[in-house]
Amino acid sequence: MPLLSLIIFVPWVGALLLAALPRIGDGAARVLTLIASLSTLALGLVALASFHPAAPGFQFVEQHDWIRSLNVHYHLGLDGMSLLLVLLTGIVSPAALLASWKQARSPRYFGLLFLALQGAALGVFLALDFFHWFIFWELSLVPAFFLIKLWGGPGAARAAYQFFIYTLAGSAFMLLGFAAIFAATGTLDFTQLARLAADGLLVEKLAAVSGFWPQAVFLGVLLGLAVKVPLFPFHTWLPPAYAEAPVGVSMFLTGVMSKMGVYGFLRILWPLFPAHLHAASGWLLCLALGGVVFGAFAAMRQTDLKRMVAYSSVNHLSYCLLALFAVSYSTGRIGFTVPASIAAFAGTLLQMFNHGLSAAALFLCVGILESRSGGRRGLGDFGGVRTAAPVFAGLCGITMFSSLGLPGLNGFVGEFLIFRGVFGLAPCTATIATLGLLATALFLLTFWQRVFHGPRAGAASREFRDVAGIELVALVPLVALMFLFGVLPHLLTNLFNPLVTSWVSHINPVVTTAQLPLP
Amino acid sequence: MSPDYLELLHALMPEAALVIGALVVLGFDLVVAKRDTLEERMNSSVTIGALSIVAALWHTVRAGAFGPAFGGVLNFDHLAVAARGGVLVLALLTLLLSAGTAHARHGAEYVAVILFATVGFTLMAAAQQLLLAFLALELASLSLYVLAGFDKSRPASAEAGLKYFLFGGMAAAFLLFGFSLIYGLTGSIELPQIAAQLAHQGMSPLLVVALVMVLVAFGFKASAAPFHLWAPDVYEGAPVSSAALIASASKLAGFTLFTRLLWPGFGIVAGIAPTAHVWAGWVPVVLLLSGSSLFIGNLGALAQTNVRRLLAYSAIAHAGALLLGVVVAGRAGPGPLFYYAATYGLATVGAFGVIGVVAKAGACQKITDLAGLHRRSPLLAGCLMIFILSLAGVPPLAGFFGKFAVFAAALQLGGLASPVGWLVFLAIAFSAVALYYYLVILKQALVTAPAADASRIAVPAPAAITLAAAALMLLLFGIFPSLLLGMF
Amino acid sequence: MNALPCTIYISFTGALLALVAGIRSAATARVVALLTALTSFGVTLMAAMDFVPGPGLQTLINHPWIPQLGIRYHLAADGISMTLIVLTGIAAVAGILFSWNIEERAGEFFAFFLTLIGGVYGVFLSADAFTLFVFYEIAIVPKYFLIANWGSTNREYGAMKLVLYSFAGSALVLAGLLWAYAAGGAHSFGIGDLAAAARHFSPALQTGMFALVFLGFAVLAGLFPFHTWAPTGHVAAPTAASMLLAGVVMKLGAYGCLRVAMPLFPLGLAFWQPAIAGLAIVGILYAGLVALVQDDFKFVIGYSSVSHMGFVLLGLAAANAQAVSGAVLQMFSHGVIAGLLFAVVGRMVYERTHTRQLEDLRKMPLHRLMPFAAATFVLAGLASMGMPGFSGFPAELTILIGTWKTAPMWALAAAVGVPVAAAFTLRVIQVSFFGSTEAKAVPATAVHPLPPITLAEKTGALLLLGATLLVGLKPDLLFDWINPALQSPLFQAMFKGGTP
Repeated sequence: MPLLSLIIFVPWVGALLLAALPRIGDGAARVLTLIASLSTLALGLVALASFHPAAPGFQFVEQHDWIRSLNVHYHLGLDGMSLLLVLLTGIVSPAALLASWKQARSPRYFGLLFLALQGAALGVFLALDFFHWFIFWELSLVPAFFLIKLWGGPGAARAAYQFFIYTLAGSAFMLLGFAAIFAATGTLDFTQLARLAADGLLVEKLAAVSGFWPQAVFLGVLLGLAVKVPLFPFHTWLPPAYAEAPVGVSMFLTGVMSKMGVYGFLRILWPLFPAHLHAASGWLLCLALGGVVFGAFAAMRQTDLKRMVAYSSVNHLSYCLLALFAVSYSTGRIGFTVPASIAAFAGTLLQMFNHGLSAAALFLCVGILESRSGGRRGLGDFGGVRTAAPVFAGLCGITMFSSLGLPGLNGFVGEFLIFRGVFGLAPCTATIATLGLLATALFLLTFWQRVFHGPRAGAASREFRDVAGIELVALVPLVALMFLFGVLPHLLTNLFNPLVTSWVSHINPVVTTAQLPLP
Repeated sequence: MSPDYLELLHALMPEAALVIGALVVLGFDLVVAKRDTLEERMNSSVTIGALSIVAALWHTVRAGAFGPAFGGVLNFDHLAVAARGGVLVLALLTLLLSAGTAHARHGAEYVAVILFATVGFTLMAAAQQLLLAFLALELASLSLYVLAGFDKSRPASAEAGLKYFLFGGMAAAFLLFGFSLIYGLTGSIELPQIAAQLAHQGMSPLLVVALVMVLVAFGFKASAAPFHLWAPDVYEGAPVSSAALIASASKLAGFTLFTRLLWPGFGIVAGIAPTAHVWAGWVPVVLLLSGSSLFIGNLGALAQTNVRRLLAYSAIAHAGALLLGVVVAGRAGPGPLFYYAATYGLATVGAFGVIGVVAKAGACQKITDLAGLHRRSPLLAGCLMIFILSLAGVPPLAGFFGKFAVFAAALQLGGLASPVGWLVFLAIAFSAVALYYYLVILKQALVTAPAADASRIAVPAPAAITLAAAALMLLLFGIFPSLLLGMF
Repeated sequence: MNALPCTIYISFTGALLALVAGIRSAATARVVALLTALTSFGVTLMAAMDFVPGPGLQTLINHPWIPQLGIRYHLAADGISMTLIVLTGIAAVAGILFSWNIEERAGEFFAFFLTLIGGVYGVFLSADAFTLFVFYEIAIVPKYFLIANWGSTNREYGAMKLVLYSFAGSALVLAGLLWAYAAGGAHSFGIGDLAAAARHFSPALQTGMFALVFLGFAVLAGLFPFHTWAPTGHVAAPTAASMLLAGVVMKLGAYGCLRVAMPLFPLGLAFWQPAIAGLAIVGILYAGLVALVQDDFKFVIGYSSVSHMGFVLLGLAAANAQAVSGAVLQMFSHGVIAGLLFAVVGRMVYERTHTRQLEDLRKMPLHRLMPFAAATFVLAGLASMGMPGFSGFPAELTILIGTWKTAPMWALAAAVGVPVAAAFTLRVIQVSFFGSTEAKAVPATAVHPLPPITLAEKTGALLLLGATLLVGLKPDLLFDWINPALQSPLFQAMFKGGTP
């Protein structure tokens, strides 16, 4: 059974069904969308059941000839990292759909676009040949664009346009980079390219034209990925896009789409250009650090809750890159140690997953607030929500603490591992990055205090419904998972532990299997 | 030289047919058709005239190319046969188109004069002796002067006739002077002897004067700049059929005559050759005429609002290209030139024919008078499109291949190393310019809506058939140029 | 396969029949036209079935035409011609479907239309430069009448400009070809023969001839700065004519460059290569930026065509097998996509709303009034901006790969064009179809319902969409034709810069 193809294409089939049924009722359209969306989780669990974490390489591989003239094969494969992200998608997407359940305007089109987006994101996580990887990568922009534009807030048109053009501009250079890679090597397959890169042939072949071009190609690919993540200072599209998007879409964007960039860094840039990444890692570390610190401080200055959460995403995602760059930076330097590197990578992967959960949940909370206040979501528009809606306050509080990394909740483990790794590899950077931690705590607590505490004010001064029904169905599983993975991070780390170990072992062949230093 | 009059009669059967036809036309009109209406008299005249032309054509074709006749005064080579056939066809078309058009008051005389002019043309096509050449030329010219001024009801026609006569007379004087000088220099009026003498003598100042004189006359006949000044006025003022004849058959005959004079006669003193850089000779002068005609014709045409004047300037421009054809005839033979001149004549006759039919239903002087022709008469619009596009040189119409053949031959004279090559490039560039003014005509005919008072045009059957035949011939010769080129 | 020349004859005969049928009624004329286009498309597809790709042209018919000048009526096809012939078939059928509403002088319209199509088929099948030129010119002139008669905004100006540019271009081609023919001893106009003769020309001679022929053809391909006919022409043209213009006529130019100019004068190509690439890149960027600020919907698409053809020219200029194969694929792709865009803008939108001003369209909730048109335009727009999954993507990718092999800097400059294309396409998508979502004040009911999209339009749109998707997902369908064709000795010599 082509499991991976199913994972990708079931949502698309759902989208096609919706497209082919113009007279379908609103309710039926919602249900159909949800079912198609849940398929990812179901199939992801099937994959999980027969997944062997210790087996090297990719599993469930599907490989077929596709385009001879470009030497393109339809090549899908799953490793620990992909599986993690597929599961994340499977969790966040239904939650996002439930969050938008009350979406009044044309649920059929909404579902159609959403499923298209979900399928594209899954494709990115599973494709192993640049050709269709790029298809999924680019196609994900289109439904996202329309979802933001058509269902978004007042500034949605501009935000969506900016989002699309920024990302596409970055992708264009990545495309050019891969054109160059193909011109030099004649293949677009990630695994083959990684092998070539490991042997040092990739750069050699690229340099055949002129010594300057490997750098240029590296920069092109870097640019494409950096815009997507986003890496400071390419993040300017993100806050408006996240803020203007409808709540479900914001959840998906931050929960899943932002991971596509990080995934690209780990799957493509680092394996293909280890030396160049190493050479650039000093600068990149600074940028990632900028993202961590600046993102947090910018979030602190926001009065719009959604923008605040959006900036916190910039901050959280920068941790992932920080860890990767730190490993790359320290390679071959004195600070390099295997355990620290493993910790950093493991932290990165965990952080991806955790951020997906908690940021999505945070957006959901903001969305709930917004729905109660008639569209207002300023920091000053609320007050004393805790007394008005205690259940909601509790759930939202857990989410916030997860996001700021309270031990016992999932966010802590990832950030801890990252800091554990980065402290070992690049101590100064780690020290500065703690500023970001501090600021994160500050703005989340401000959020908590201004909105939930104090006398009932703003929207909460009138009748304020507590969470119920579908909102609860969407939010509770997310919160439950925060607890679960906060207490039992092994459930996740076991999936990618061998993978991360082998990554690090490829950096330095004399590595011994090190046990992860877990808290 | 022992004249063999039987042979002469045999050789000149076509001319005889034409002359007899003309006489019959006059006699019939005088005796039999006296009481008929003007239109009937015109129709009967045209019918008889057409029959005589067909007879002449039949004789021409049947006799074929049999070489020099009458002691070399005439030379019935392939060119002569083709040119005679060409002028006869063109005259026939002109004649048929004149049926039922205006100025029918003296229909029989008109037809007879056309036939006399045609005799002049056919003789020009075969003349190989200066005297006969001059006589033939004058016979044709005098007839044309009459034809140009035939419409006595219009001052413009009289003006055209007078202008044409004055310019023509001047040119004839030049030509005669030039011929006499040549005779003085070489002691002969027979082209072969002249050629032999010139080969012996080489260039001399007197010969230069003679050549210039001849070329001036040629320039006039070909309406090449700077001797083109008569053309716009004559085309505009003359009756439509006369203008058609002046533009088509007369040109074909003229080019045939002068090509024969210049190459077999004065080929030795052609001057420029791609190999030998001799500049003294008549070719540089012809090239100058060609270049200036291309310039003045094409640029002048851009400014015209009168459709006939536009066609006149287009004729000047085409003369420029035809002169190139004369230059290449020395090496590539007269094939391209003949093809060009014949198909150009066809297209021009057709265009004038359409104008004539339109003019009968109202004025047709301004380009805007053609507005909405596609509604007033789809047939005329369709035919006009073919004629104009052929003039513009758009394949697969014959006009394109004419240019193509001439240019291809001209470039073989030495590529861009010789000025001919550059002239070809100039001509090609101007063909793009030319498309503009041709499209201006077609825009009126095929795009613009008709004026409010414009009615449908009833096309007389002979005119319709003639136009359709001309259009089909253009298409046929365009797709199968070998039909004409293969004659040489 | 051997029936391919019939496409030409069928089209010309169909033109005549449509003209006659038009006297009876417009409906008869369009049925005749559609049947004609379908028949020749069918012949094309049948031929495509038994087409065996291989290096070099496969002769279909070859006999003397004008023996006096060594001109032969020589028709032949290779993978490149096959690709473009299929494109022509698609464009013809779609064009007729999208002119289903022509009532005025329908007979003449379809006669001109089919004449153009016949000429285009002829160009793509010619293996003799003279034959090619004749068909090329046959394809040019009907454009004037199509646009001037049935066009819209400024139609007479647009038509005249377009035809004069094309004709000026073809005059250059004629000059160059005649020059080469004469210099080569005036034996033959066969492309192979001319190329063989040109091998002995001095580099200076080749440089000059190449400049004439290439430039002449490239005018029609929209090479900057000779592209200005394209936007005005496209805007003025009726829908079907702009579909054909962008769809196949601009390809004639590019095809001429590839089939005639480049293999004949490889040394000239080597000399002019940087200049062409430079102009192509400027064209990509300039046209893209200009498209970004247009107010007229059709102008945007018109300039986008110029921008896309810039990629084709860049691919040609790069002159290696990869880039050229990409360029040919881009020709196909752009033909289909531009046709679709023009169909939506010109037929679906303009003829219903009677405006093309983006400001006016912004006020109409078009995505609700015309969901089909909106969806089609979005898909076509995505295809046009080179989204993967559509045919533009493998084409542009291959061009970039090939260009990189020749000169990485060119590829880098051209890649900037990709986001620019996305920017202007996205802008018109936003403003035209989804503009009213910002000003939610206009309820759908307040706007007069527009006539529904007809079956003919839907069929045409699906045909074009299907083509771009099919080729986008399976570019091998065409690459398998194109690549072997580029293995021919003529092209190989060209890629090697003239050294056989």
